[in-house]
Amino acid sequence: MESFTIHTGKVAGLDRVNVDTDQIIPKQFLKRIERTGFGQFLFYDWRYLDEHTLNPNFELNRPENQGATILVANENFGCGSSREHAPWALQDYGFKVIIAPSFADIFYNNCLKNGLLPIKLSKEEVNYLLKESLSADYELTISLEEQVVHDEKGFRASFYIDSYRKQLMLKGWDEIDLTFVYEEHIAAYEEKNNPIRC
Amino acid sequence: MKPRTIIEKIWENHVVYCEDGKPDLLYIDLHLVHEVTSPQAFEGLRQKGRKVRRPDLTFATMDHNVPTVNRFEIHDEVAKNQITALERNCREFSIPLADLYSPEQGIVHVIGPELGLTHPGKTIVCGDSHTSTHGAFGALAFGIGTSEVEHVLATQTLWQHRPKTLQVCVSGKLAPGVTAKDVILAIIRKYGVDFGTGYIIEFTGETIRNMSMEERMTICNMSIEAGARAGLVSPDEVTFEYLRGKKYAPKGEEFEKAVERWRELATDEGATYDKTVEMNASEIAPMVTWGTTPGMSASIEETIPYLEDFATETERKAAKLALEYMGLTPGMPISDIQIQHVFIGSCTNSRLSDLRAAAEVVKGKKVAPGVRALVVPGSQEVKKRAEEEGLAKIFIEAGFEWRDSGCSMCLSMNPDVVPEGEHCASTSNRNFEGRQGKGARTHLVSPPMAAAAAIYGRFVDVRKLQEERVH
Repeated sequence: MESFTIHTGKVAGLDRVNVDTDQIIPKQFLKRIERTGFGQFLFYDWRYLDEHTLNPNFELNRPENQGATILVANENFGCGSSREHAPWALQDYGFKVIIAPSFADIFYNNCLKNGLLPIKLSKEEVNYLLKESLSADYELTISLEEQVVHDEKGFRASFYIDSYRKQLMLKGWDEIDLTFVYEEHIAAYEEKNNPIRC
Repeated sequence: MKPRTIIEKIWENHVVYCEDGKPDLLYIDLHLVHEVTSPQAFEGLRQKGRKVRRPDLTFATMDHNVPTVNRFEIHDEVAKNQITALERNCREFSIPLADLYSPEQGIVHVIGPELGLTHPGKTIVCGDSHTSTHGAFGALAFGIGTSEVEHVLATQTLWQHRPKTLQVCVSGKLAPGVTAKDVILAIIRKYGVDFGTGYIIEFTGETIRNMSMEERMTICNMSIEAGARAGLVSPDEVTFEYLRGKKYAPKGEEFEKAVERWRELATDEGATYDKTVEMNASEIAPMVTWGTTPGMSASIEETIPYLEDFATETERKAAKLALEYMGLTPGMPISDIQIQHVFIGSCTNSRLSDLRAAAEVVKGKKVAPGVRALVVPGSQEVKKRAEEEGLAKIFIEAGFEWRDSGCSMCLSMNPDVVPEGEHCASTSNRNFEGRQGKGARTHLVSPPMAAAAAIYGRFVDVRKLQEERVH
């Protein structure tokens, strides 16, 4: 996983609730066996009218949202299927940070495993950001070290992330390598509990 | 000792390592694997030269993109690639696989219980959000992403934060014709699609106690549609009787010993939860979803809601978008919705009892003209038994297509797709936009409601059909 420390970038807003992972990456694109190349299919059914035509009304296709690296979304973002293809697609498209008032549990975890930073802010804060995101040059800076989101107009909000996940992201560590450090404990657990299939 | 919930008991039994400021390192007893969410995980292992720590605690099958007719002829090259990748990966890492030739093949959440791999007290994971299904046995079962799949393959553990506990207490007697599916849809309608986020649900109450294992599986299956990664039921005699004699369940004296251990898992008298909600089941009528989340539903007696009926601007906006997508108008009776497709299947409702309930409605009748109706059994074993007891014949004579097992039209990764703009009565779990095909309009219902819709070409109240049968 790539490390994440501080990021400044353009903001795109997607003011819809309960955006599910079927929308983020429709099932017809889940058949690839690689982790890359999903960005072109992100929000496919909303983004395209047909194979060759972009839907001009879809939020991410608006001129002011081109080049955005921070997505501001609404409640229960990423609900539904556990497909990690959803964060892969968001990341491959260019997003580094997703901000929303709430996330579905599995999606939130999947983001963290890939260095895509999910940030929960209050509804009021998110509403402010959704409004600001309508202007073409609106930017935010996110510091993971300080756990703060701020803009140049004086907006400043802090966010929570558990210290373990934070360290992993800051350092870009491979979690499996880290778990191997606890091999003794795993072996001891197996010795004591003898987990078997039946 | 302080009274504990089953959730706390299973959790504490599986902590390998804990330390302040860190999630707990949790041992995983059973890892189920399918073709769609595993290839990148195996590739990750190969790139780092890692092994699968416990292939014996891992079990794989292929279900998501397998064709349900001519199952060996996969025309989609990319889908075929995924199937072949799973075969290769299972061979390379010595993982048992129920492939397309195996009589044990089926939807991963149908075959786990059917083979007796699912036991009370186990921690069970799979790269699929409907893993919550296995919670019906009093197992702690939840869906994970592909990075976590890789982590479990390599270490047989996961770093997990202790979740909060949520009791959903269901009391009252279900009216005839009202099923477990209607109960869970009614719960999600009442409390919302994210009331379980951050929690693990325990379903309690006399209604749940009186349910069969297959009904409990339907309930737990849709915990994730309420936002909860896992939903479970404390095990009881119904659970033990279901498991007795199953292929991978303990045998003989070992089974009796296991039952003694399993009995201890049930939530203690006086244990407390972080949150409790209640549902009166006797008030529930057959449910039909009209929108694009499982929470947007109404009973068969109701009409499509008016936007003014919603309390907040956010809900109004979501309902407006949903109704546009579904091509429905406020005020329209649910029973006026015409359907062109019927899908009886999925990890929610494709077990033998589901097919029996649907067949009872279908018996001696014909599928309405212009309706395409599919029955996709959850496993090859369900298919075989349904054929043996004459259910397949009832469906085929009525004009249903009788298929091989797989996820099929629940998510339409295989050739079973609903065309744009057409309505489908579906016994699956998600009515999201595009789920059954681009522009497809999904209505989630129970198996008897789907069967009745196939006969009438629109939604009808199965309770009334039952009354007719009685008189």
